[in-house]
Amino acid sequence: MTEPLLSVRGLTKRYPGFALERASFDLPAGLLMGLIGPNGAGKTTLLKALLGLVRVDAGTLLFQGRDLALEGPALRQRIAYVPDEPKFAPGARLATLKAVYAPFFPTWNEATWRGLMADFGLDPRARAKTLSLGQRTRFALTLAMSRDAELLVLDEPTTGLDPAFRRELLARLAATLDERRAILFSTHITSDLEARADLVTLLRDGEIVFSRSQDDLRESWGVVKGGLDLLEREGREAFRGLRVHAHGFEGLTDDAEGARRRFEGRALVERASLEDILVLLGRRKAHAA
Amino acid sequence: MKILLSNASSSPIYEQILRQIRAQILSGDLKEGEALPSIRRLAQTLQISVITTKRAYDELEHEGFIDTVGGKGTFVASPNAEFLREKRVRAVEVKLAAALEEARASGVQLNEVRRMFELLVEADHD
Repeated sequence: MTEPLLSVRGLTKRYPGFALERASFDLPAGLLMGLIGPNGAGKTTLLKALLGLVRVDAGTLLFQGRDLALEGPALRQRIAYVPDEPKFAPGARLATLKAVYAPFFPTWNEATWRGLMADFGLDPRARAKTLSLGQRTRFALTLAMSRDAELLVLDEPTTGLDPAFRRELLARLAATLDERRAILFSTHITSDLEARADLVTLLRDGEIVFSRSQDDLRESWGVVKGGLDLLEREGREAFRGLRVHAHGFEGLTDDAEGARRRFEGRALVERASLEDILVLLGRRKAHAA
Repeated sequence: MKILLSNASSSPIYEQILRQIRAQILSGDLKEGEALPSIRRLAQTLQISVITTKRAYDELEHEGFIDTVGGKGTFVASPNAEFLREKRVRAVEVKLAAALEEARASGVQLNEVRRMFELLVEADHD
């Protein structure tokens, strides 16, 4: 794990009314990274930039140390992508769609594909238009996972999938990892990532809030629960995010240890789940408006 | 090897793994030379991050409980002097705890136990 498999530096993409600003993070080989953030935080923009589906305004994307802007077509052979709502020619049978897709990839593994189709309960003779969103996602996954790709990029792959299949998918994905592969997985279902993802990158309003290991997050972030008098004394600025109700408050901190010492006996300090962090951070712009 | 992880526990997951493996080595349930699952395999089985698993193994290796042989895997280390001492100290602790338990169950006062113990120590010195 010396050189990261994927290195994103200062990635910037501006749209009217929204901008992904100077996003930077590293994804080392061998690890699964979850990309989380509220809707509209820039997750899909970031993934699309990675795949060369949108032109970036600034920044560098390195894959195995090589610049994707210069060697994109060759390098992207080794990156597989599943979009958030996969679309296929409605009248085509799945076997036909596969036959069109597979020849682009010299590393295609037919046996893997057949196995996945069976495991995911898909019939190669079915026509694309008869598939539900969940089934289309499963089919897109069989294509992406049969390419022996080194980087698997999944945009909200668990939307439309039931909890049992979500869990199975996560286990399967983790099982394909080895020391030369990595997975980047965007989701707003944070329970998919709890414990399982090695690294978590949180995007909010087009900016990266953190990109850290789950172990680090669990040790540093906490939720402080206390009475309103305490909040009045400490001030709202003492917290990264806040929820106030009639009987008290919940405040988010990125220094749980410090908060435990500071509020000893006066407030509860609990470990923050990814969901706590996501919910309490909120959407800054929405709050300002 | 038996590992049970609690999400409700306040101790971090890597520490839960570390403690449970250490306890099984000290108790002899895991024997010298016995192979441990690879980091990736254990992470897969426990449905946790490889980073967490690696941290537990690194710590166990640092404490001398396990050895990682490049290309071969991870094994329970042959006990060193410190390890053996810790094991003996633990055995003594277990016996003392049993004696305390016995005293409590039969209504013998703690002061009395302490006096008995001191007498035994003195007798041993003579």
